[in-house]
Amino acid sequence: MALAAAALAPGFRDPVPDAQGTFRAVMEALARPGSLQRLATLPAVPEPLPPELAAIALALADHEAPLWLDVRLAAAPAVVDWLRFHSGAPVVADPASAAFALIADPAACPPLEAFARGTPDYPDRSATLVLAVAELTTAHGLILEGPGIRGRALLGAAPLPNDFAQRLERNRAGFPLGVDHLLVASGRVAGLPRTTRILGVA
Amino acid sequence: MYVAVKGGEAAIANAHRLLAHVRRGDPAVPELGLEQIAEQLALAVDRVMTEGSLYDRELAALALKQARGDLVEAVFLLRACRTTLPRFGHSAPLDTGRMAVRRRISATYKDLPGGQVLGPTFDYTHRLLDFTLAAGLPPPPPAEAPAEPDAPMPRVTDLLADESLIEPSPPEQPGAPVGDLTREPVSYPTGRDTRLQALARGDEGFVLALGYSTQRGYGRTHPFVGEIRAGAVMLEFVPEELGFPVPLGRIALTECQMVTQFKGSGERPPQFTRGYGLAFGGCERKAMAMALVDRSLRARELGEEATAPAQDEEFVLAHCDSLQATGFVEHLKLPHHVDFQAELELVRRLRAEHAARQAATPPMLQEAAE
Amino acid sequence: MTAMSTRGFARLASGAAGTNFGYLDEQTKRMIRRAILKAVAIPGYQVPFASREMPMPYGWGTGGVQVTAAVLGPADVLKVIDQGSDDTTNAVSIRQFFARTSGIATTTSTAAASVIQTRHRIPEHRLKEGQVLVYQVPIPEPLRFLEPRETETRRMHALSEYGLMHVKLYEDIARHGHIATTYAYPVQVAGRYVMDPSPTPKFDNPKMDDCPALQLFGAGRERRIYAVPPYTRVRSLEFEDHPFTVQRFDRPCALCGAADTYLDEVVTDDRGGRIFVCSDTDHCEERRAAGHRGEAA
Repeated sequence: MALAAAALAPGFRDPVPDAQGTFRAVMEALARPGSLQRLATLPAVPEPLPPELAAIALALADHEAPLWLDVRLAAAPAVVDWLRFHSGAPVVADPASAAFALIADPAACPPLEAFARGTPDYPDRSATLVLAVAELTTAHGLILEGPGIRGRALLGAAPLPNDFAQRLERNRAGFPLGVDHLLVASGRVAGLPRTTRILGVA
Repeated sequence: MYVAVKGGEAAIANAHRLLAHVRRGDPAVPELGLEQIAEQLALAVDRVMTEGSLYDRELAALALKQARGDLVEAVFLLRACRTTLPRFGHSAPLDTGRMAVRRRISATYKDLPGGQVLGPTFDYTHRLLDFTLAAGLPPPPPAEAPAEPDAPMPRVTDLLADESLIEPSPPEQPGAPVGDLTREPVSYPTGRDTRLQALARGDEGFVLALGYSTQRGYGRTHPFVGEIRAGAVMLEFVPEELGFPVPLGRIALTECQMVTQFKGSGERPPQFTRGYGLAFGGCERKAMAMALVDRSLRARELGEEATAPAQDEEFVLAHCDSLQATGFVEHLKLPHHVDFQAELELVRRLRAEHAARQAATPPMLQEAAE
Repeated sequence: MTAMSTRGFARLASGAAGTNFGYLDEQTKRMIRRAILKAVAIPGYQVPFASREMPMPYGWGTGGVQVTAAVLGPADVLKVIDQGSDDTTNAVSIRQFFARTSGIATTTSTAAASVIQTRHRIPEHRLKEGQVLVYQVPIPEPLRFLEPRETETRRMHALSEYGLMHVKLYEDIARHGHIATTYAYPVQVAGRYVMDPSPTPKFDNPKMDDCPALQLFGAGRERRIYAVPPYTRVRSLEFEDHPFTVQRFDRPCALCGAADTYLDEVVTDDRGGRIFVCSDTDHCEERRAAGHRGEAA
């Protein structure tokens, strides 16, 4: 009964504009790596689902776009029920068949090779990884260059896997195949599309 | 002083008002009711439903009325309405073997269980204009025969299947996904399910011409009409929460099974193959043409050399939709003066350069060059 | 009253108010939005999407309309142009469509717009960060007229096999002494995908390069969406001995006197009289409001 009640906790307050606003922030984030975009409306969520992950799942996932949940989220039946109920998206066990991967424990993010990277004919058939981090800043961090960036930009996030920069570089080297990343924290979203080069750390 | 043209908004509004006025025509003539269209222009309604992918006689009649009888425009109206409707899923496979048959003919057998039933057909009418119809005289009542409710009427292809002379129906695959080109973009090569959907929605004239081309040698398949049957079939839907089929009602359909030759291959013994056509209502010509093209499009699957347009999946599927075709042809009406200006500038420059070259060439050489 | 007409009245009563914000249902918007995100992540690559049947004909901007409908929110201000002008009938029609289905604010000012849907032109006014330019695209495949088969062109993109395109352009040079492509002039995006810029005159190609605005392209009939993120390298294809050049007009705009804009040729009489005026009507009006005058004004 408790699970059912959690699943029925509300999703977006005003689904049409809230989904649009969330999408627009995500689009701007991916179009401008190194910028932080505001996620204006966050749903009330069951623990331990970060509300930013929930907003992105509600805005973009559905029965045609499956979700994969990391161990922390998948272990919480209330989270699984809530996401299934509100997004209608299948929650898949195999990360390779997910359109969106929701990751609440980013330091333990599986290697990128576990996710769909598209095919040479259809590089769009690839996953978007959404990582909920604790800190997100443009004051310092990875030095970014590439499409969407005027000159260079900075993006810092923590916690992340130790080899995150190398992962991103390997991912970029495989272009046009690859996965795309969204990083979220405290009502903000930043994008790291597969085109972004990592020049170092500042 | 030159002032650029303005007032597009008012012009559009006025064009719409004029269109509504012209559509109505002479107000002294009674207005057409939707029921009149649905009853008396039934085959136009059937075609609009078939190509519009929406089984709703009332909406199709309304579309025809609004479109002033323009079938392609009516299909467009119905499709635009269809997009806004929620999609609950797909029906259970239809069993046309259990059709309440109104017409059933086979060209491959003189007689067969269930018999040949002509039904309401134009086939043997002598095409003479009927002036009693112009006078609005009531037709004589139809002939009646005692009902034979449970007379079996097996499909001809099932009769042939007993001897393995004809390829069997593809095995049922419960739970297998069903292609839907209105929900996902077509990627080539595609499956027969998506091809049949595209052909069913395809423009009757285009599909007819393609089917005809196969008869004239552009990808010949030696077709026979195994069977055409038309009538009403129960439509069933399995709601996920119930898990068993729920009848939704009967729909009128025409089905055509073409039986075509196949020489056999290393793996498969010689056997008749099939082409399949299905359309709403009484769209018999469409169902036949569709069956021909379906069979031709199976060339690759059957190891045949694909050289003709009707065997070319990408060519057929990319061009059979009347809305895509009419939209892109008619978009040439839209202003293109920016592109035209770019071309004008180039042609002027090329002509100037050509003239300069001519002028620079001595007259003697010019003559020799001609 | 018959059964049929009763139902008709019921539909009439629910009316247009029943359609969703921006016409499309939410499931369709999500599908388009996912395609847009992948398009942004793979600049210049054409993402297939399940284009819907819109209440306007294919070839008249259904792709652009679907992209705009998926992007647009209540805070947006929309501008729609066709051939550079806000007043051409199809631009008016599309603007009305959005005003009716979303109640969105509209404008003719390039600077005031947050979303601009266009057919065949890029505004003269430099676009800025935060703006989204949505192109209506008839044939998204730059290789289509060299190779009509989707299966083939897809493979050519996958292998970056763009030699055929260069051969075609070079044949022009051999025949005419120039590249004879004047609009829909192919570009290479971020050093990888060759992309069709839609049938904009090549005059506009340089505006796509390093543009501060996000550029989205929608092809409804052909079911493709593609994108150029802001500040992205967009190079028009060229040869060392035949660099890319744009059209130049040998006279300024007759209304505002601008000498650096794309001009429409307007025939003024049947004795060969013609004047040249800015194709971007908003830009021309702004200049005139600022006191600039051409010879016919």
